[in-house]
Amino acid sequence: MNGTAAHTLLVGVGNEFRNDDALGILVAREIRRRSLPGITVVERSGEGTALMDTWAGAELVIVVDAIFSGKAPGVIHRLDAAHDEIPRGFFHYSSHAFGVAEAVAMARELKILPPRIILYGIEGKEFGEGVGLSDQVVKNIPHLIAMIEEDLHALHTA
Amino acid sequence: MLMNNRVIRVDQLARVEGEGSLIVKMSDGKVADVKLKIFEPPRFFEAFLRGRKFTEAPDITARICGICPVAYQTSSVLAMEDAMGLTVDDQIRQLRRLLYCGEWIESHVLHIYLLHAPDFLGYEDALLLAKDKPDLVARALKMKKIGNDLMTAIGGREIHPVNVRVGGFYRSPRKDELEPFIDRLQWGLDQAIDTAKLVSTFEFPDFETEYEFVSLRHPEEYPLMGGRIVTSSGLDISIREYEFHFEERHVPHSNALHGLERGHGRYAVGPLARFNLNFDRLSPLARQVAADVHIGPVVKNPFKSIIVRAIETVYAYEEALRIIRAYEPPASPSHAVPVTAGIGCGASEAPRGMLYHRYRVTDDGLIRDAKIVPPTAQNQPTIEEDVRLFVTKFAGLPREELTWKCEQAVRNYDPCISCATHFVRLEIQ
Repeated sequence: MNGTAAHTLLVGVGNEFRNDDALGILVAREIRRRSLPGITVVERSGEGTALMDTWAGAELVIVVDAIFSGKAPGVIHRLDAAHDEIPRGFFHYSSHAFGVAEAVAMARELKILPPRIILYGIEGKEFGEGVGLSDQVVKNIPHLIAMIEEDLHALHTA
Repeated sequence: MLMNNRVIRVDQLARVEGEGSLIVKMSDGKVADVKLKIFEPPRFFEAFLRGRKFTEAPDITARICGICPVAYQTSSVLAMEDAMGLTVDDQIRQLRRLLYCGEWIESHVLHIYLLHAPDFLGYEDALLLAKDKPDLVARALKMKKIGNDLMTAIGGREIHPVNVRVGGFYRSPRKDELEPFIDRLQWGLDQAIDTAKLVSTFEFPDFETEYEFVSLRHPEEYPLMGGRIVTSSGLDISIREYEFHFEERHVPHSNALHGLERGHGRYAVGPLARFNLNFDRLSPLARQVAADVHIGPVVKNPFKSIIVRAIETVYAYEEALRIIRAYEPPASPSHAVPVTAGIGCGASEAPRGMLYHRYRVTDDGLIRDAKIVPPTAQNQPTIEEDVRLFVTKFAGLPREELTWKCEQAVRNYDPCISCATHFVRLEIQ
């Protein structure tokens, strides 16, 4: 599905059978349930080239994904990918993955990155196979959604 | 506010589902030990499936892997149909092959261009490749998208297709939904032929070894699903006999089980195995492309798997074209499934190798137990052996180059993040 230029496209990324990795999917479903105006919600596994297809042509994109960066579980991250450079180095250690970070970097390289793309996430704790989020993640989902809604409001009234 | 964007690591948004590492220990210039540590075997899913309805298996197992959901779905529906004594008609079978071609295209093109080619072309990663050769990467993305779109058209959704069911599909596509693919597939086929020519010009390490290859084999087709299981040492068995001849064993250094052939030991599944055991089942065009790039009928250099993937990509585009040109929607998108108690086995050829499922179903249609053997678990002992032989042969290379080459030796097998591993970290001690 391509994003619609007039809309904000929200992409929930994750795997609901990988504990905290389900975050993006669950947040996407919650945002969809709220039926906010001017927003299209999709769910993706995080395979990078499919993400590039998903957001092709969209003007405003919000990506929600679980994060594993060494911070304390529950920490909320917000990253404006249209402006912030994401350091490379991941590929060399990855034998298979081409994920969100790579998709953003690749799209930027090929000059097909949407003009506005914001990445949101909560630092996760458990990424093994299983169903259910860690308490620290669950606790901060309302904060994350509030931040996304604030952003949506600001973006749509800008 | 709990916001924190000060420390940004490139992997912070990636799928961190487990962590793998490859540790090579050297002593006095010789290889003392090679351990590929891989976590996250699909044991959770085997447990999760117990007590569920048999109809849920395709949707649940599709979520094991974001790259090859069709393989999991296909092996699971074949196993369930085996348990219930159902054989689907040829039209449904062809649609399944078409869906599977979509997965081969997307997975092979991703691996060839974004994961494997940068190694050969001397780029640290696909981003640097894109910076230097944006047209090449743009072409790869366009080629891959055809596969993704095929999966969406038949599977209902690109990731975790929802249209697959035991007995067939929930809905079969109309002819006019598939016909627009013809021009794109024809374009993709031309690009795939060109890809085979391109990757065949890469420089390959002088490295060949003997393998016990294992793959499916069909009486007429290049193997995608079903048929028999054959090996390069001459074994030829039904899929139901798989567990009599192959086993999974716990090894102390890895959470994942290692696949071994009883009385034989390690074996290899994947593109090389399929190609070597089924060269005569490739289409005349795919065989011609192989001849043009001087590869086959037997390939024993695992680094040349990139060429074989390209030949298989040629085959997948061509096969998809053949199926769509001949397509007539089935009278009914699925067969009624007679629910009976039983044990069923199914296997299909995931892009990275044979994927085996076995289920026991009770007479009320509930899954009593499940066994899933992914390709990467089967390849683990072979990957370790490749690295051991490679490091032994090239111990004189500078450390950095040797490390990179070892990574490449792992990448030859396109190990699956979700099925078996995520990150490969390499340490030469």
